[in-house]
Amino acid sequence: MSDVLEIVTSKGLTYEQKVVSLAHAAEDSLQVLHIPEKTKHYMDIGAICDLNEGHAPYRPRYVMPDYQKAVQNGCEFLRLDPPEDLDELLNFLMIFYRHVPSITSFPVYLGDIDKMMEPFLDDLTDEEAVKKIKLFLNYLDRTITDGFCHANLGPEATRAGRLILEAEKELQNAVPNLTLKYDPDITPDDFAELALKTSLYCANPAICNHQMHKDTYEAYGVSSCYNILPVGGGSYTLTRIVLPRLVPEARGKEQFLTEVLPDCLTRMGDYMNERIRFLVEESNFFETSFLSQEGFVNRDKFLAMFGVAGLAECTNMLMEDQSKKYGHDQEADDLAAEIMEVIAGHAAESMALYSEVCGNHFALHAQVGIDSDHGITSGVRIPIGQEPENMFDHLRHSARFHQFFPTGCADIFPMETTARNNPAGMLDIVKGAFALGDKYISFYASDSDLVRITGYLVKRSDMEQYYKGEAVLQNTVYLGGDNYRNAGLQNRKVRSVQ
Amino acid sequence: MRVPVNKIIPLSMVDGPGNRTAIFLQGCNIACKYCHNPETRRLCNNCGVCAEQCPVQALAQKDGQVYWEPEKCVDCDTCIKVCPNYASPRIRLMSTDEVMAEVQKSIPFIRGITVSGGESTLYPEFLKELFEAAKKEGLSCYIDSNGCVDLEQYPGLMDVCDKVMLDVKAWSPEVFRQLTGHNGAPVKRNLIYLAQRQQLEEVRIVCLDAADVEACIAGIAETVRSYLNEFTLKLIAFRNFGVRGEFETMPAPTSEQMEQWRKIAVSHGFSNICIITVTK
Repeated sequence: MSDVLEIVTSKGLTYEQKVVSLAHAAEDSLQVLHIPEKTKHYMDIGAICDLNEGHAPYRPRYVMPDYQKAVQNGCEFLRLDPPEDLDELLNFLMIFYRHVPSITSFPVYLGDIDKMMEPFLDDLTDEEAVKKIKLFLNYLDRTITDGFCHANLGPEATRAGRLILEAEKELQNAVPNLTLKYDPDITPDDFAELALKTSLYCANPAICNHQMHKDTYEAYGVSSCYNILPVGGGSYTLTRIVLPRLVPEARGKEQFLTEVLPDCLTRMGDYMNERIRFLVEESNFFETSFLSQEGFVNRDKFLAMFGVAGLAECTNMLMEDQSKKYGHDQEADDLAAEIMEVIAGHAAESMALYSEVCGNHFALHAQVGIDSDHGITSGVRIPIGQEPENMFDHLRHSARFHQFFPTGCADIFPMETTARNNPAGMLDIVKGAFALGDKYISFYASDSDLVRITGYLVKRSDMEQYYKGEAVLQNTVYLGGDNYRNAGLQNRKVRSVQ
Repeated sequence: MRVPVNKIIPLSMVDGPGNRTAIFLQGCNIACKYCHNPETRRLCNNCGVCAEQCPVQALAQKDGQVYWEPEKCVDCDTCIKVCPNYASPRIRLMSTDEVMAEVQKSIPFIRGITVSGGESTLYPEFLKELFEAAKKEGLSCYIDSNGCVDLEQYPGLMDVCDKVMLDVKAWSPEVFRQLTGHNGAPVKRNLIYLAQRQQLEEVRIVCLDAADVEACIAGIAETVRSYLNEFTLKLIAFRNFGVRGEFETMPAPTSEQMEQWRKIAVSHGFSNICIITVTK
């Protein structure tokens, strides 16, 4: 119980963070999941990583309530009537969000906040609306003390969307993450340009390729670190295979591809199914949560995300010619594609429990890494410090590997501040990248206080406070602060615009 | 035909609207004292000074010729800093096809190309060929020019060129000559010609005390009065980055001065005014 005492007496955690950590410690004292020895071995060497989800899953990792439905029907359990003006809507959401669970104990998905607000703006001036929106956004930032929280905008341009972007630029909040669903056939250039320009001031919003995602499920939302998930459902779990940690288990490339990798993938699938089984059959989440009782989520809209990390390092380790590197040489990229084909083939064939929304298969996800990763690059990204000189080469490479991932795969580009003067130029890059098949892209300016860690945002100034050993409001500052140092994020290639 | 190319920047957000590939041709017909890339002015005369000073031996002089090995080059720019001839040894003679092959690599991330220099209009035939090829790819074609070549002489080129970004370096011929060594007479003709053809993207004035900025603003306004809302007036604060010679240590105008010039432009009826104070 020394861990528990450490949590209780910590000087670096807020009260709220202690409570969450204690809950985690309590959960981890249980042993309810059946895990075979071989799987334990893969977990011991870190090849299978459950991202510390906990030993006894009692809520899905990511919950994506159908907020539109809640706003239209009201919520009986929370005794909320359908809102009739902007004040009532924002109050409704503030109450509702408080009761949406996830792996972080905070809501990871806040819905299409622009679309929800839009019908209530008619009687308000910009000034009146902005004041309310700012209060709402600050409430979210100060009470959802976790950067893995995501709100969506677009693809339609709305007045609400514009006001939210203008407010965010001024507020410089880390929470929530914002994503603009962008579709060149729906989103007008001026709205997309406003979004991109805003992102060069406050690292929000990221831009999602709507055309490539819109038919993945009936309706999708973006949560946490670029998770593309069904609205009214979510993801039970996310376990990841950390590819470079598996390489030493194999005698060479052939055995890796034909024996070691398939075996590990099978074990990981079994482990995920064991988590799903406990959650669905034993935890009573779906039987007891008002979210499922009132139909804001449905069990049959949940899936399980099969995470992949470190493709770059894995490829480079397996290359016979060590001078040829992932992201730079055709031969290395071809091998990487071969590895991904094995993984995608496995995902398409193996059965996932209770995953009707995904054809009863696992859904591949480019996992972006965690704070303790050393020398493991996010998903299928090119390692920091090895980015191609030409940004267009980088984006072409991304397009080739994004195609494997239905539930999220993204790149991050710090830009020279001069790019602020030419948002149309930024949009040209996005249009080109999306036309080639890039699925998701985000930018921040090289001088930005807010920086994107792996997918979530943290302020450099907050990380400085954490490095001094002081408690900080958002728990993602701890994760981001460690990740920023361990992964050398300050070395990300800043893209020149001239 | 082949032209001397100083460099090609695949991704430029500072050479016209949107994202563009910018092609810089070597050679200029004037010599601005505030030029920030004076190494684009002339062609290499193979004197060999740069080869002696290159820290990584990427340059060598053999049989009276200077050769550049791009693989060894570390882009330290020592060669262009020491060149006594305002040239660069790192010039590639390229055909239209070769330039287009480079441009192709930027599609679909760009909406167009911009040819700059040096002075790109010294190569009107090349520009016409390049623009014809770029148009087939759906790219818009822009010229960045000092205006000292009379563009009306090249109707074929102007028919395939979308827009021009035109410098007006001074209004009085004396000041123009002082700043550039050229009388600048074609600039005013180009201003009218381009405005009438709706081909002006922007008109630029580099602002410093040594130029007649106020006269420039007034002169432009008077000359193309009915077109003032069709282009951007860009007021660029002088900076000494890259400058060699007399203006090397000259200070930049203050932001108060720039604001004063902006107000003058407003009073002359300009509606699209852009102030550039910090550029690379």
